Amino acid sequence: MAKPLGLQSELAAAVAKNDRRRERAWRLHFRLVSAGILALILLFIITYLNVEATFISRAAPFILAGAGLTIGVSLLSITLATLLATFGALGRLSRSATANAIASFYVSFFRGTPLLLQLLFWYLALPQVGIVLDPFVCAVGALGMNYGAYMTELFRAGIQAVPGGQREAAVALGMSESTAFRRIVAPQAFRIIVPAIGNDFVAMLKDSALASAVTLQEILWRAQNIGRKEFKSLQTLLIAAAVYWVLTIAFTAVQNRVEARLAAGDRHKEVKG
Amino acid sequence: MSRTSDLRGATAPHELHPAERPGVLVKPGADPVLRATGIEKWFGENHVLRGASITVWPGETVCILGRSGSGKSTFLRSLNFLEDPTDGRVEIDGVSVAADPFRREGKQRLARIRELRMRAGMVFQEFNLFPHLSVIENCIEAPLHVKGMPRKEAEEIAERYLDKVGLLDKRDEYPSRLSGGQRQRVAIARALSMQPKVLLFDEPTSALDPTLVGEVLKVMADLAHEGRTMIVVTHEMDFAHEAADRVYYMDQGEFAEVGPPEQVIDAPQDPRTAKFLSRFRTLGGKK
Repeated sequence: MAKPLGLQSELAAAVAKNDRRRERAWRLHFRLVSAGILALILLFIITYLNVEATFISRAAPFILAGAGLTIGVSLLSITLATLLATFGALGRLSRSATANAIASFYVSFFRGTPLLLQLLFWYLALPQVGIVLDPFVCAVGALGMNYGAYMTELFRAGIQAVPGGQREAAVALGMSESTAFRRIVAPQAFRIIVPAIGNDFVAMLKDSALASAVTLQEILWRAQNIGRKEFKSLQTLLIAAAVYWVLTIAFTAVQNRVEARLAAGDRHKEVKG
Repeated sequence: MSRTSDLRGATAPHELHPAERPGVLVKPGADPVLRATGIEKWFGENHVLRGASITVWPGETVCILGRSGSGKSTFLRSLNFLEDPTDGRVEIDGVSVAADPFRREGKQRLARIRELRMRAGMVFQEFNLFPHLSVIENCIEAPLHVKGMPRKEAEEIAERYLDKVGLLDKRDEYPSRLSGGQRQRVAIARALSMQPKVLLFDEPTSALDPTLVGEVLKVMADLAHEGRTMIVVTHEMDFAHEAADRVYYMDQGEFAEVGPPEQVIDAPQDPRTAKFLSRFRTLGGKK
């Protein structure tokens, strides 16, 4: 039995209004709880720790000064990892037994051993065979090669996620396999992979803290150093945590924007000349 | 029936059976555009193609009918080596490539396969448009990067064919914004933009919403009537009847019957063809 049209639209409006109110209430609740947690942490810090303004004003800038190094190492490492993963994925998908074996070995070895061990290997083991590297180079090399191994599998999955019909349509038009890959498959795989690279970059920001073990003077090294010296590790580690946290929040936001643009740009791209 | 065995002749020189006579549009003395001889395909233990042969003259439209799994798509895909046949030979416009199941021949053969593919445009069931490229870019991609054609010339050619399929106004649109029927028409324009000698259609309307089938078939019928050389694997009986010069009926990897549509569709001689078509009629398909 149909209700009169006027009644129906009134009902719909009331439902929509109710939905909006619930949504607002939920968001308010969410923010209240988040603020509560933060307030508790701050309360804990203020009441149980000796918050010494003079110490913090000395320590914070010192720790913060490592952020540039952290970001620099991460950027260079993710670049190296992306390069390695591209070759790795091509090797894994290659018909050539040699290329496939090399890529498989690379992935297996670098995923199968601890990142910290790999980092120490660069710094402590290589000098024994006469290769002495700067901590910065060690960090970039170790992080890049390790992440490259993980990303190889990611890239491979991205390439395989492009439907086989795309390659087929390309070669049916007379393209060689390599042209078909370069012009048709790779650009589509890239769109699938980019968000994952962003994820890995944020993970890398945090894993770069391991480089403190090879005396790279990034955020964590500085926090440990000054904290130990003055027996105030609790304060300095909390400061370091805050710096990392802010960094990851910032880069996650950047990544979300890139992702959104990629998704939207597919459909509304402007005409190219 | 003796006709069947005549058409097999796996490695023997291709002899034309009377039923394979060129259709009405063919000028006397013309050379075939495409000739496939004794195509065999094994998928492991599965014998999918059993020495199927086909000859197509310029201007002809040939439809390949047959039930699902009869091997007709595999046969079509063997013509441009998207499927590597186990035995047989394909010749298109003077470029000849033989099966090479043991891959004894290397790069030279691959180059010849590419030559062959440039002469045969293919239209797929699932369209396979390039989603990261606009309509016009889809059409000029291969002319630019395979033929090395100047951009301006490639665009002019592509625009002509987009106009032909009625989609010139969608020139700068992306495939995701087009309907299925429009996508398939762009795919046809893309194939035409390489200016091939023959068009291969692999069930071009099977993935389409029934309301969109008509617009694609109309474009195909127009192409057939203006004298394009086409091989069409299809289930569309009406189209085959109206547009085909000759119809091949495939059964279990071989051609059971070949002839003009009036014969193969209306008065099939081979019992297998007759059985297939009677099923169509009982399902309400028109003859």
